[in-house]
Amino acid sequence: MSAQAEAVAAKHCGACSSCNTSELARLGIKVGGWDYMVALAGNPNTGKSTIFNALTGLRQHVGNWSGKTVRRAEGAFNYNSKKFKLVDLPGTYSLLSTSVDEEVARDFVLFARPDVTVVVTDATQLERNLCLAMQVLEITDRAVIALNLVDEARRNGLVIDERALSRDLGVPVVPMAARRGEGISDLLRVIENVAAGAYPTRPRRIKYADAALESAVESLAAQLVAAFNNLPNARWVALRLLEGDASIVRAVRDGTLGAFKQPDGVVNLVQLEAR
Amino acid sequence: MTLNQLDVGLAAKVTKVHSANAERRRMFDLGILPGTVIEAALRSPLGDPVAYRIRNSVVALRREQAELIEVQVVTDTTERKTER
Amino acid sequence: MAATPAQILETAARLRARIGDDLHDRLTEAIYTDAEEIANRAVSRNGQARGVHLDQFFDRVLTSRIWGFPAMVLMMMIVFWLTIAGANVPSAMLADLLQGSVYDALHGVAQTVNAPWWLKGFLIDGVYLATAWVVSVMLPPMAIFFPLFTLLEDLGYLPRVAFNLDRLFKRAGAHGKQALTMMMGYGCNAAGVVSTRIIDSPRERLIAIITNNFSICNGRWPTLILIGTIFIGATAPPALASFIAATSVVAVAVLGLVFTLLVSAVLSRTWLKGEASSFSLELPPYRPPQLWRTLYTSVIDRTLIVLKRAVIMAAPAGAVIWLISNIYLGGDSIAGHLVHLLNPVGVLLGLNGVILVAYLVAIPANEIVVPTILMLTLNVARSGLAQTGVMLELKDDMQVHQVLTELGGWTLLTGVNLMLFSLLHNPCSTTIMTIWQETRSLKWTTIATLLPVVLGIAVCLITATIARLMIGLI
Repeated sequence: MSAQAEAVAAKHCGACSSCNTSELARLGIKVGGWDYMVALAGNPNTGKSTIFNALTGLRQHVGNWSGKTVRRAEGAFNYNSKKFKLVDLPGTYSLLSTSVDEEVARDFVLFARPDVTVVVTDATQLERNLCLAMQVLEITDRAVIALNLVDEARRNGLVIDERALSRDLGVPVVPMAARRGEGISDLLRVIENVAAGAYPTRPRRIKYADAALESAVESLAAQLVAAFNNLPNARWVALRLLEGDASIVRAVRDGTLGAFKQPDGVVNLVQLEAR
Repeated sequence: MTLNQLDVGLAAKVTKVHSANAERRRMFDLGILPGTVIEAALRSPLGDPVAYRIRNSVVALRREQAELIEVQVVTDTTERKTER
Repeated sequence: MAATPAQILETAARLRARIGDDLHDRLTEAIYTDAEEIANRAVSRNGQARGVHLDQFFDRVLTSRIWGFPAMVLMMMIVFWLTIAGANVPSAMLADLLQGSVYDALHGVAQTVNAPWWLKGFLIDGVYLATAWVVSVMLPPMAIFFPLFTLLEDLGYLPRVAFNLDRLFKRAGAHGKQALTMMMGYGCNAAGVVSTRIIDSPRERLIAIITNNFSICNGRWPTLILIGTIFIGATAPPALASFIAATSVVAVAVLGLVFTLLVSAVLSRTWLKGEASSFSLELPPYRPPQLWRTLYTSVIDRTLIVLKRAVIMAAPAGAVIWLISNIYLGGDSIAGHLVHLLNPVGVLLGLNGVILVAYLVAIPANEIVVPTILMLTLNVARSGLAQTGVMLELKDDMQVHQVLTELGGWTLLTGVNLMLFSLLHNPCSTTIMTIWQETRSLKWTTIATLLPVVLGIAVCLITATIARLMIGLI
């Protein structure tokens, strides 16, 4: 969004009736067709569940300790007459599979290819949270950063320039204080824009600055693309193979790489867990 | 010296992480890499674990884990990370 | 021609050898370096960090060598005391309403429609009365305890407790997060079992599941509080009664912690031996709890749901109790038969037949143990009171005491052992089902169900024997 458009939006959105929260119809969990699928990723204890509840209208209690979300929740909501399916991924510090949680989260983003992946970040611990965000950006283009807990950042005397952040990352950044309900409508608007393709993102790709590595990745990626159709992100897979990531190696050997998508585009999380 | 030898209230810079594979990735997940500055913040009343301030978050590590992290004490305050 | 998967893997391995084994490290470092740069550009400090110093001060106190543990015990005692003292008046009021006015009204209705005695008895004296009891006794303490616990949770205090206790759990061979799942069990054991999902390693998860039962769930608080009040608190001067009662309940809770650690220690060295998995506990910043939102969600989420379950369990149990009390075979009711059958065993354990039968009936849920004991005691003593609804007067704690001691023959030993058995008996049926769902293992579900009972029997036997040796009487 250009600076001008943003300014206009900021000035008028509050009074506008076409995208305020009354348009938000909360459906709870619904099985069936939807227009867009949204995934919620992020570090543990960043308020992911609070945001999930706010968007879907569910009332699951949210505590204040790491790893509290133990169920993979699915929900849905309506916005601007479109149906959105929301999947709450387990809280993880990174996507580089050291545990089942991380595999589930990673596989979902990689194979289920949600239309938008929202990475919920803790504004008071930006550095560590950005690591996960950047890993997500390596896998998918369509991401939004929900910069949560800004009220706490304020309390701690921190000021975050979300424009600079957005510029650096190449994706929209939405400041929020979800437990106070702040930022939810902004988040919805941005999610819809990204999902509909109205907000072209140019995610930052990590610079590796290593010529040998680059050429290795390129050649491997080319082979992967030729061997597997429907491959989500050949470059990412190539990197994981070079790292020796056990589960990706296994997936290549089994030939199951890229075979996760079910006909209607749904990936059953339970199946993933059982794998 | 290793991290578990760091007194509460002092900060040190990580020089080497000795574990392998899963444990190592766990450390990285928490932000413990060579070059990171860690401060020993709290000691449990029973002596173990110790809570460390790492890049704006506070994480408790047991002695066996802290023993795997080699550090060098930081005396110059400008090298310390800003507190949260 | 496209390469086969095997060929691709070979190529990758070859390239990996050339690039070096530490690729993962380098990639991670690259990510962190980038993240640092970006964060530094985006974040700036603005004046005082108001909250931080207060946070650090609290942490230093709550985890210090001198104040850490006393603070925890104090916190626990405050919670229990507020629950006990705060629930008294509402409980009495509810009892007046449900066991008084409504009960009378129901009988009145039954009279006007000329209902047969057995239908009246079954529905009103059995089903309704048990449910009414559960609601008036259980609801007020729950409505106070759950919000208090939730506030502590929201505040962020619980990881500090885990931090303080971790060394004990480590020595017991348990995962650090077991402290957290254990605390969850104080609300509801079924919820505690589900929360063990935060422990990845199956072995350590099983230990956490099996020992979760030693966390005294909300269904058992009323039993402990009641017995603690009328048997133990009553031995103290009135001014201190509540305090002593609270202390006794805390003592049992601490005993639960001891058992959690002991059983974890034994399990991790025998049946569930293995490597300790990696551990890290994050201490989140203290967050001011949102009072109204918390009260609302904990009432809806927790209290009402548990209440609903209590009602669902109490109704059929009330029916069963009434049936076994009123169906006569060979001169005695079924209940009477069962009680006399189990009495020898009961007395040996420092309990009695009534208690054992009550626990059998109460497998569905712990909340109904006390009303069942009362009803059975009245019934078996052939007290005419049982039929004419003297339950009305039992809203008074001291009258409960009277019934139990005079009609039931209870002694201090019985009271103490009931509290112990309350801690150490099988999980309620909801929890058993949950354990099955989480483990999918018949073997471990059975162990988790039977182990606490076996321990309960052993402990009661020991205390009873010691008490008798000391007193020199039967």
